[in-house]
Amino acid sequence: MLRTSAAILAGKAVRLAARRRGGGSALPGLVAERIDPRLLATALRGVSGGIVVVSGTNGKTTTTKMLAAIIQAHGRRVFTNPTGSNFTRGVISAMLGEVGVTGRLAADVAVLELDEWHALQFAKVVAPTHALLLNVARDQLDRFAEIDTTARLLTTLGQATTQLVVLNRDDSFVARIAPALPDGIQVRYFGVDPDIADQVPSLHEADVRFEDGYAVPPPTPRDGLLHPFDARVFSVRCGETVVGPITLRQRGLAAMINATAAVTMARAVLGSAFSPRLATDALARVAPPFGRGEVIDVDGQPLELVLVKNPAGFTVALSTYGNEPVTTMVAINDDYADGQDVSWLYDVSFESLRGPGVAMTSGVRAYDMALRLDYDEVPVREVQPDLEAALERFLTAYPAGPKRIFCTYTAMMTLRRMLAARYDLPDIGEDAS
Amino acid sequence: MTAKGQITLVHLYPREMSIYGDLGNTRCLAARIRRHGYDCVVHDHHPGMPWPEQAHLLMGGGGQDSGQSRVQDDLEVNADRLRGLAADGVPMVMICGMYQMFGHAFITHDGVELPGLGILDVTTRGQSTRMIGGIVLDTDFGQVVGFENHSGATVLGAGQAPFGRVVVGHGNNGTDGTEGARTHNVIGSYLHGPILPANPAVADALIAAAAELATGRPFEPEPLDDSLAEQARTRQIARLRKPS
Repeated sequence: MLRTSAAILAGKAVRLAARRRGGGSALPGLVAERIDPRLLATALRGVSGGIVVVSGTNGKTTTTKMLAAIIQAHGRRVFTNPTGSNFTRGVISAMLGEVGVTGRLAADVAVLELDEWHALQFAKVVAPTHALLLNVARDQLDRFAEIDTTARLLTTLGQATTQLVVLNRDDSFVARIAPALPDGIQVRYFGVDPDIADQVPSLHEADVRFEDGYAVPPPTPRDGLLHPFDARVFSVRCGETVVGPITLRQRGLAAMINATAAVTMARAVLGSAFSPRLATDALARVAPPFGRGEVIDVDGQPLELVLVKNPAGFTVALSTYGNEPVTTMVAINDDYADGQDVSWLYDVSFESLRGPGVAMTSGVRAYDMALRLDYDEVPVREVQPDLEAALERFLTAYPAGPKRIFCTYTAMMTLRRMLAARYDLPDIGEDAS
Repeated sequence: MTAKGQITLVHLYPREMSIYGDLGNTRCLAARIRRHGYDCVVHDHHPGMPWPEQAHLLMGGGGQDSGQSRVQDDLEVNADRLRGLAADGVPMVMICGMYQMFGHAFITHDGVELPGLGILDVTTRGQSTRMIGGIVLDTDFGQVVGFENHSGATVLGAGQAPFGRVVVGHGNNGTDGTEGARTHNVIGSYLHGPILPANPAVADALIAAAAELATGRPFEPEPLDDSLAEQARTRQIARLRKPS
């Protein structure tokens, strides 16, 4: 106990210091974790309504936010890691803000976003009761090396879960985890209703290459199926129960799929207490997480920052937005957090941008991006590797009309910081609501 | 302008062996063939499918272990044909996993020997550490830049020419300074990036050989504006060569 208290106090002190600097969300957790690795286990011991881990390549932050909002709307106290810092240290950092020195969290349910590798590290200390496994895409191959490796990490996470696993029925890498789970673990699925799947663009272009996938059983009333109406309005059908129509503040099919995943898991966690009306209202209030479709008012015109991390994500973003008459910039960096290998840009088709063209490419790999667009016959008006100069030029040369910037992670952080200074935006990590 | 001729480009196993953007090599070759004034037919060859009637230029990429085992049987069926095409001077660019399979053998961690086509005199051993990062080579086509990501360590047979000499990066095995292998017009290499878009001199050398095969006449190139590729290539080389 003494060790735990020392760890929490040390972590809290660093957290305060990091906040004053306006800095990173993982550092305080790192300090506390060094002092007591069992901190997580102690803190989560009193959380009786479920320890839910959300993992997968795309949509973790959005889905976690949605799931936490739905469960909160049902009167449960939820502990979550809302900053998008999806490593175990990020979880501890978030926790330090909420525990007393006894180290126990005053929460009914924990909803935790963890990347594939850190989810497993977490599960070694605390077994999740529920796991929501979203998708496996070619992301950070220079870190995890292969999709098969990533899929194996998620399988192991599912096997470490004690009660219930929710799987994506449309992602063959995720769906085929089901037969690998031990007996007694409940399995539920979310996805696009198979009856209308052919009318919806594929969300998993990267993952359909192998035909010998696992045959997903027909939907049951416990599963959640997406029925989109337009770019923002949809319902989730669970047998006879219909949740919606739901109107999100974030546009696009990816967000709807995330909401479908969140609804499916929320029903599993809440059981008979689940209310479709409360869920619909909660989802309608969820603000887009930072960088996931955030719209910034730039001198009366909307500027949208769209984070792109991998071929599946970029393809979905283009199919959501590609045909709209907006002025477009693409900013590609290749730091560790972006993925150092930019080869993946050649697995995305940019043909939808051919008509409107691209006003500017920027970032360390600005010329590689312009070259990529050139091979898809997309006209590029300017190339400016320096992000600050590019943003300045982009904003002043195109004052009229809406604008959109597709950007990798570190490019987004830099651009967001510059925009925050110019237009007095809330800090990164806080809601733009 | 009437086309100068028709070039058939065969992409080997695009589903199984094209995971690190190697599809970009096919996109680049097809676009450049057309920009040089030739018609281009792109044929995707999948395992078990009949071999196309024409094949003037072959491209193969990297895959996961599961992908490699899926194409093994089809490679065996077409082994003699591929060896014949290589000997006839058909240009080929084989990246990463397909480069390994064009060699004599791949020896796994546990010592199992998987035979390859033997078109390139190289042998690869599986290792536990991956060789990952930006890479710069000196080649007959000038300096070439890309990204390597492989755990196999490849050794050239005596007399086998490499594709290039490592300036920055690991190359075939991290020790002998060689990268890739080159026999006739067949290039094997670990370079993703993908390799061809940012290194158009390599792409055009392959296209030149393909054009001659397809038309029986020397390659008749058009002047192309490669300023974007030149900027991308030289800037990345400068970054990688800068001592960190």
